[in-house]
Amino acid sequence: MAEYNSLQRSQSISKPPTAGDMLANRAFRVLTLVFTWSIVLLLAYILYKIGGRAIPAVKEYGLGMLVGTTWDVNARTFGILPEIWGTLYSSLLALILGGFFGVSIAIFLTQNFLPRILETILRSIIELLAAIPSVVYGLWGIFVLIPIIRPVADFFNTHFSWIPFFSTSLSGPGMFPAALVLSIMILPTVAAISQDAFRAIPHKITEAAYGMGTTRWEAILRVMLPTAAGGIFGALVLGLGRALGETMALAMLVGNSNQISLSVFAPANTLAALLALNFPEAGDTEISVLMFAACVLLLITLLVNMLGALIINKTGIKR
Amino acid sequence: MSEQASQKNEFHLPNLERQPFEPRALQSIILSTLTFCMAIIACIPLFSVLIMLLYRGGKRITFEVFYALPSTAFDVGGGFGNAIVGTLFMVGIASLISVPFGILAAIYLAELAPESKIATVASFCAKVLSGLPSILAGVFAYAAVVLLMGSYSAWAGGIALAILMVPTVMLTAEEAIKMVPQPMKEAAAGMGCTPAQAMLKIILPVAVPGIITGVVLAVARAAGETAPLLFTALFSDYWLRPNEPTASLAVLIYNYSGMPFPNQIELAWAASLVLVLLVFILNLISRAIGRRKTV
Repeated sequence: MAEYNSLQRSQSISKPPTAGDMLANRAFRVLTLVFTWSIVLLLAYILYKIGGRAIPAVKEYGLGMLVGTTWDVNARTFGILPEIWGTLYSSLLALILGGFFGVSIAIFLTQNFLPRILETILRSIIELLAAIPSVVYGLWGIFVLIPIIRPVADFFNTHFSWIPFFSTSLSGPGMFPAALVLSIMILPTVAAISQDAFRAIPHKITEAAYGMGTTRWEAILRVMLPTAAGGIFGALVLGLGRALGETMALAMLVGNSNQISLSVFAPANTLAALLALNFPEAGDTEISVLMFAACVLLLITLLVNMLGALIINKTGIKR
Repeated sequence: MSEQASQKNEFHLPNLERQPFEPRALQSIILSTLTFCMAIIACIPLFSVLIMLLYRGGKRITFEVFYALPSTAFDVGGGFGNAIVGTLFMVGIASLISVPFGILAAIYLAELAPESKIATVASFCAKVLSGLPSILAGVFAYAAVVLLMGSYSAWAGGIALAILMVPTVMLTAEEAIKMVPQPMKEAAAGMGCTPAQAMLKIILPVAVPGIITGVVLAVARAAGETAPLLFTALFSDYWLRPNEPTASLAVLIYNYSGMPFPNQIELAWAASLVLVLLVFILNLISRAIGRRKTV
């Protein structure tokens, strides 16, 4: 009898959906589908809006803007080559520094160097580096970092000025402080993805390496690094993507000077910083040219990010 | 014969002795020390930033900075109450837009039709959007909202921030929904739930901690963003009026850091301290929720 009752009760809970339920289900499905479509349309709309505004500039000044080197609103000459150069140069410098540190820290955190608790603390510290807003890094760069590295820069400039990288003195803002801050900002990205790559190495490989009698670093350099190489490369490319699009720290530290120089102490400019500085006061033609610069930046970052995502996908690391 | 065997043995036995100072052991020690040093060096910026914020910003933090308006150039005193309100307002708008947007799209992607073509395309678009430089979100909001409304406004700033938040919310919500155990989903369907009922009554409540983690992280990121607000919300010395230029903490820091007046620079440090505290607290909240989730 009791069994029968409970069966009846369960039947009363599990019943076929009513027509109203089905209708609600339909509506819910359509609603979610609409928003799924919206994200595709949003991206298309962003590309259309920025691209559309850039067309007048391309019509008027042609693609020569890409190789022009002067930016003069009054003379109506616009060239963004120095900015393209500055964007790539600062990002590459940041990538070399941040990548080197990021991968080393990933090794340090995944190869049993530290007790568990210290590992967690260090990982949190590195992750918190990514949480600090870039404008705060900019402020810190202006008032803390630049005064500290100035004597170092002067030393390199006076003693090694024959090397093109040190051919000018650091007069305040410049490429080096900007790249240094940028490298701090991409370090967490590189470190996090590289850690995933190291963790994805099968235990058997690690054990086989140690079983052969390797020292810790022989195992790391000859076995782990090559095995994780794909993921690390993906991490570096995504870090580069992040550096290319970074704006505030660069706008505050890079010096906003329209020149192409190999010297790391010379002031320079980047596409994102150009946008940040010139947009608020720009007239109509200038806006169009700035939209063109935005397009170039968009194209570069899209390419780099897609490449990075593709590499990560290929290596099969779960993010 | 026995001689041959022992020779063979010697040939096969590797040298198992390890000297503490043979080159490869030394290499290992040196490299370990190097990485240790690099890890220490990598921690320096965080502590340097925090100490400077506490030292230079902490000096200037008084009760006044939270409710006063910015002072004029040569004046002393003043605060950034309007910037705090502006930041909260714009992040609020951005959350109101991006949270429902992201979660609804994630539901479709993760549960309703994960294999469909549109799901693949949308998920790709979300990944592309998550790599969008933040300044380009500002450029877009300028072209789409500011030019349309004819004025810089808090709305434009909020929309620019929303564009940056949507992919984060969506991708983390998708992961959280996928993490809900399959038996639960099947049990709901077996009881006669429609997919919508299963989602709203069973799956979403279980996935909520994961979703909130993502939302809080996105909010923390948006609160610190400067570039998208530079020419959408601009800046203002007055209290919030949503249809006009609006102050925010991030833009205030940027504007004041370039000024030659010590009072403004002090205010920039104080504002940085407030902003970093806000972002860190949000990060801690999201970690706490993320750790507590049981699924």
